Amino acid sequence: MKTEITLTVNGEAVREAVAPRTSLADLLRDDLRLTGTHLGCEMGSCGACLVMLNGAPVHACLVLAVQASGHTVETVEGLNESGEIADLQQHFYERNALQCGFCTSGMMMSAQALLAANSAPTRDEIRDALSGNYCRCTGYEAIIDAISATAAQRNTNAGEAQ
Amino acid sequence: MKSPAFEYMRAASIADAMAAFAEADGDAVYLSGGHSVVPSLALRLQAPALMVDLSEITTLSGISLEDGWLRIGAMTRHVQAITDPLINTYAPLFTAAAPYVAHPAIRNRGTLGGSLAHADPASEFPAVAVAIKAELEIASPTGVRRVPADDFFLDIYETAIAPGEILQAIYVPVPVAGQVIGFDEIARRRGDYAMVGAAVQAVITDGLADHVSIALFSVGDRPTRAVSSEAALNGRVIDKASIAAAQAALSDDLSPTDDPQFPAHMRVHLARVLLGRVLSNLKVVA
Repeated sequence: MKTEITLTVNGEAVREAVAPRTSLADLLRDDLRLTGTHLGCEMGSCGACLVMLNGAPVHACLVLAVQASGHTVETVEGLNESGEIADLQQHFYERNALQCGFCTSGMMMSAQALLAANSAPTRDEIRDALSGNYCRCTGYEAIIDAISATAAQRNTNAGEAQ
Repeated sequence: MKSPAFEYMRAASIADAMAAFAEADGDAVYLSGGHSVVPSLALRLQAPALMVDLSEITTLSGISLEDGWLRIGAMTRHVQAITDPLINTYAPLFTAAAPYVAHPAIRNRGTLGGSLAHADPASEFPAVAVAIKAELEIASPTGVRRVPADDFFLDIYETAIAPGEILQAIYVPVPVAGQVIGFDEIARRRGDYAMVGAAVQAVITDGLADHVSIALFSVGDRPTRAVSSEAALNGRVIDKASIAAAQAALSDDLSPTDDPQFPAHMRVHLARVLLGRVLSNLKVVA
């Protein structure tokens, strides 16, 4: 039996009827066609499916769509359109911090949450924040470089604005 | 893999949830953060007819001081163990352990109550609950009872919670003067399951240790109190000699089984190394 749910996705009100077993990731990808959220392991290990739920990164494969009812979700499409990760995306591009790109949307979520909580993270802190994000291409160093560079640039910008 | 099909209900109260569980003749599973239940469904390790979501039950949330105890609602998220000032002050061993629990995104959803009720012998919070002598408040259709952590963990994935009952809250005795804590684990990779872990609490009075409580995890079917090691430290100064005695005593406390990755003697060796590290780095918290 399907359950009626209502939630906000990337600023838009969504009403859907879903089977209870439908994951938030499947709702986003299959029903809403937001395919920037990637599904790797479907068991909370790889971090490719991270989305923001009420502003904090969560695994969309481990949250049921019915659990998200009444809550607010932001996917990489939302963060992309708002422009809030434009600098992060630019630094990933400049440092070759992605090759196949499968992990990148999850990396964006972890990086964005880290920088919101800690404006000047050390490389070790960045590593720790990415401990649940698998990348099988880059060897991570370029990703850490990109996040570090973004933090430095945001701090410079914040300093100039004062 | 995708989960098998099930029905879903979001419970408004504990009574509501227990009634639904009973109506399903026990062919139901309670959902808190879902970070153990949902993967177990995706892996087809269980296939309940009904999922009862507890997450919106307001009485399961909240953290407050009550008569010398810190009451932590079962629905408290892992991340709150790091960010909540009351937990930081009155249950600092939960704060020390939290960064070792899985990864940041998991900690945003996983709950303390869920972790204790799940009782994975390799997970951190059950061992912390044992080390700090927490009491677990369980609701049943006939009433509410409190079970000391020492009596709560019965076997792998098995606790004093009977089918249909719900873990409501974790009660932590607040630290006393001279209290020290220590936590560490050995894992191949940050966030992986520990090969061995240790949660330690003690009270130091006039330089001497007392009420030493050592809970090891990933060493057996449940969090394991190292009572011989505790006895080797009680009444003594925690120094090189007493730490060595505590390490030596571990072979009386542990009897891990051989597994394909780790022979039993290696696990005992790692437990000794780790216990030495933790005892050498105890932190004063009150």
